[in-house]
Amino acid sequence: MIIRPYTVGDRSHEEDKPVKYAFFPGCVSQGGAPELYPAARMVCDRMGIELEEIPGWTCTGAGVIQEKNQLFGDTLNARNFAKAEKMGLPILTICSTCQGVMSQANHRMRDPEYLAEINSHLAEEGLEYSGNSEPKHLLWILIEDYGLDRLGSLITRPLTELKIAPFYGCYIVRPTEALDIEEHPERQQSLEMLIQLLGATLVDFEGKTRCCGFPILTINQRNSMAMVGKHTSEVKDLGADAMVTPCPLCHLNLDGFQPKAASQARRSIDLPILHMPQLIGLAMGMSPNELGLKKHIVSTGPLEVKIRGR
Amino acid sequence: MDVTIRVRRQDPEAVDERRLPYWQDYPVTIADNATVLDALIQIREDDDGTLSLRCSCRSAICGSCAMRINGHAGLACKTIANTVIQDGVITVEPAGVMPVVKDLVVNFDLFWEKIEAVDPYLKHIGREPEGEYIVSNDAMLHLSSVTACIMCGACVSDCTVLEVDPTFLGPAALAKAYRFTADPRDGDDEGVSMERLWALSEPTGIWDCTRCNECVQACPKGVAPMDRIMAMREQAIQAGYDNNNGARHTDAFTESVGHSGRLDELRLPIKSVGMMNLPALMDYMPVAFRAMRRGKMPPIAHKNVDNVEAVRRIFDRTQPEPAAPKVSNNSPFG
Repeated sequence: MIIRPYTVGDRSHEEDKPVKYAFFPGCVSQGGAPELYPAARMVCDRMGIELEEIPGWTCTGAGVIQEKNQLFGDTLNARNFAKAEKMGLPILTICSTCQGVMSQANHRMRDPEYLAEINSHLAEEGLEYSGNSEPKHLLWILIEDYGLDRLGSLITRPLTELKIAPFYGCYIVRPTEALDIEEHPERQQSLEMLIQLLGATLVDFEGKTRCCGFPILTINQRNSMAMVGKHTSEVKDLGADAMVTPCPLCHLNLDGFQPKAASQARRSIDLPILHMPQLIGLAMGMSPNELGLKKHIVSTGPLEVKIRGR
Repeated sequence: MDVTIRVRRQDPEAVDERRLPYWQDYPVTIADNATVLDALIQIREDDDGTLSLRCSCRSAICGSCAMRINGHAGLACKTIANTVIQDGVITVEPAGVMPVVKDLVVNFDLFWEKIEAVDPYLKHIGREPEGEYIVSNDAMLHLSSVTACIMCGACVSDCTVLEVDPTFLGPAALAKAYRFTADPRDGDDEGVSMERLWALSEPTGIWDCTRCNECVQACPKGVAPMDRIMAMREQAIQAGYDNNNGARHTDAFTESVGHSGRLDELRLPIKSVGMMNLPALMDYMPVAFRAMRRGKMPPIAHKNVDNVEAVRRIFDRTQPEPAAPKVSNNSPFG
């Protein structure tokens, strides 16, 4: 597939303006993938993006609560949105799953009756959600608001030695209606654009928008591992040095469970999986250690050697 | 309008290399408002009579022409060509998951086997109705979104689970099952399809779905199979079929967030497989050990968010009322 350059527009007049967001980190960036949170903060700091965490934010429900009680799940999201509105800041998240669930909840709340019902449950806490929030993943913000040209000027160590495959997962690409993809078609190529901007060679593959298998890990582990094995081995065989993902849940499965998936597939895989901010950080000259690469289950050693060895 | 239609072709019965998949480019000139199907028919009639495809109605009713267009399943007759051209090219492939018969024609046996497996007909349990059963308008309107299915197989083509596990019932059959579990005439006198929900809660059923949304995206008729699967999970839990990893996972997740505001990642997998399920818990030990060695275990002590009382009150307030019987007011069962 050919990746078309996307015109990000002239933002030169905004160059020095600091940008500030209501930060929604999501549970996993501080739990199962604790290396993501500091890496995202470091990279944002370098870009002059100020992050003010939404006080007392809650889980989005991850789509799981929504299967059992959609109203409860959506009310939790409205609560987070209302808190951000009180801060007067747009929401930035670093989790694709959170992005998808927030967008879907927001989409349902376009129904004024439903929004009123949800607000009735928030009133006790003195909160009210207007329905106008537009939560965005850091990946989208970089392309739509910050500007790839501006990010490009901060790259001090282009990753020219690396071949990188994108892995979106599900929630940041589907369903397209809730994610406003029609208005923002560039969102479907955002990771590819980022990989190329950072100087790496893009390893494109069909599985990039498929499921990582995480949601059924405890339900049908065999299928979950088959998905991990399929995607990681396919990319490995295409010669990629690593895969990059904007989703910490995909990371948990693709990295944490890769050894198990490899043994089920009866082959070795050893494909490092990077969080999106880690890849950006490497291109900004930050060290693998400070970006938390040592916390990964699949060793990032060979990739670090490639970056260092020039 | 000039465009290249890039078709993935294959003739499994050929004796030469055409038995393996290969790409063939067809440069064509088509009308601005032509569909992908128009372009394919034009190729077959004018350029290459050996190109095989299925089609009939040309108006998104018959469900014959589902195929992958630029990598994603959809109806060729419902896709306007000029909306999907990428750098002068439209790629067309046969539907996924099902085996290729020739070129864009796939074998639907697997599709129909799964539809048959969910007993696609009304099954009433209990005494016979004494008179005509008039279903409420609301109930039928709700069902009409599912009965809109035209059996085109687009959802099956793109299902991420079927891709790795052909035993999964899959989105089309499960959406069909919902057409009955949500029908007030199916199941017992209260309209609860106990037997179906029990069977659907078994492995290969509703809990094996990954919630990837591919089927919702692929469906040309707005059936949203995944949403129906989620609705059946809720029905199954309400019917008492909650003794499985999927139901326990949903339950533990909701309780954890309802109680503390955030997810307790350490306890969730333990509660999902069951506290007493030692073999399954032991199975996670190597993964947990590797994570611990890398210093990435979730915190042992799970903290509550600030003002957690507000979250708990929202949790209590949004609990669903006890399941209302879905029988219409006109039920002949009284």
